[in-house]
Amino acid sequence: MKAAAFAYARATSVVNALELLAAHGDKAKVLSGGQSLMPAMNLRLLSPDILVDIGGLAELRGIAVRGDLLAIGALTRHVDLLHSPEVALHAPLLRDAVAQVAHPAIRNRGTIGGSLAHADPASELPACVVALDATIVVRGPLGERRIAATAFFNGIYDTALAPDELLVAVEVPVAGHGSAFFFHEYARRHGDYALVGLAARAVVAGDRFAELRLGFFAVGDRPLLAAAANRLINVSVTPALLAEATTALADELDPQEDQQASPAMRRHLAAVLLRRCVAALLARPELGVTS
Amino acid sequence: MNAPIPVSLLVNGEPIDAVILPRLNLADFLRDNLKLTGTHVGCEHGVCGACTVRIDGEIVRSCLMLAVQAQGASVETIEGLSDSGEIADLQAAFRERNALQCGYCTPGMLMTAQDLLKHTSVPDRRAIREHLSGNYCRCTGYQAIVDAVEATAKTRAERAA
Repeated sequence: MKAAAFAYARATSVVNALELLAAHGDKAKVLSGGQSLMPAMNLRLLSPDILVDIGGLAELRGIAVRGDLLAIGALTRHVDLLHSPEVALHAPLLRDAVAQVAHPAIRNRGTIGGSLAHADPASELPACVVALDATIVVRGPLGERRIAATAFFNGIYDTALAPDELLVAVEVPVAGHGSAFFFHEYARRHGDYALVGLAARAVVAGDRFAELRLGFFAVGDRPLLAAAANRLINVSVTPALLAEATTALADELDPQEDQQASPAMRRHLAAVLLRRCVAALLARPELGVTS
Repeated sequence: MNAPIPVSLLVNGEPIDAVILPRLNLADFLRDNLKLTGTHVGCEHGVCGACTVRIDGEIVRSCLMLAVQAQGASVETIEGLSDSGEIADLQAAFRERNALQCGYCTPGMLMTAQDLLKHTSVPDRRAIREHLSGNYCRCTGYQAIVDAVEATAKTRAERAA
């Protein structure tokens, strides 16, 4: 189908974009890469009165290291994350994740800011920023505020962003010594939305986790930072302990039923991902096998 | 509100000025306004790849882009790639190997395959499948398409050597 009629404003600066958002409130939608917004509009799931196109704002582009933070502009595209040396060095989880996002033609337009603001619970980048303990930087009429990624996602397509605010950047703590990452998702076909996925960051010291952050996606109405991970920190991980953590994880999940998978199938796949993640990060393949 | 907006862009190297409604997507602009009907419209929500075109040298879905977003951009369609001879060998390989039947997906397939061949000199079959994974073909079963892309890659590599 075709999108319903709407007005269009090409923002000339962040300040101008904020003025447009202030004037139109929740009747406006911000257009960034458009790779989620345009399908929703073409399917008539969304019919905003006006689109505020921020695509030309160079001030929202770019990837830079500032101290121990990797600052990523909201308009940074998936293809930029895929090829950025800074991302490969400091946040390789993002590179591994975007390789699974859709297809080359989509990755050439889709942006990290758009993906996070859209907040599809089955998409990869929201789970990554939760696992990476990132900070979302937003600007509004009263200035800038920083929101922890763990407090940013409120539900399906729902975030802490107010209608008059614009997501301008993401700040990711750079990977320190001993950092290890794991990303995997199950999908029917490469590039499809995940049935279940896991983005993880760990600090491994000797044979133990000094830190373990597990960001599951497509297991509920928002990315889940699994508390079950805490059972595996600063202990020697045995098959029995991993089984306990897997049971604890099941209580945290609230998977949806859809055409792709039943909740039971999603729970099963999440448990498989947990075992494989721990086995890979600790380099102990025997932990990934179900006895 | 909803008023037509002026837009200026290059299409296959030719400057175009138009005044269009914001809701007009780039695929429909190319097809209906410019009569460049080689760009096909399939799903209209970014899944099938039939509408793939190049913007400033990179492939994109023209159904997921408003024509007004192409302000100042250089758009290349299958007509441009075909007329310039850039993909003549790829087109010949598609013909020789029956890599098309109804032809609906073919312009998007050629666009996407050429994008892969530009970036990777001799991709293996897995890489070809992965790059084409966002382009649906309901006729061929893909084997012949992968054959044609692989054969073109090898021929080009031999020619370059």
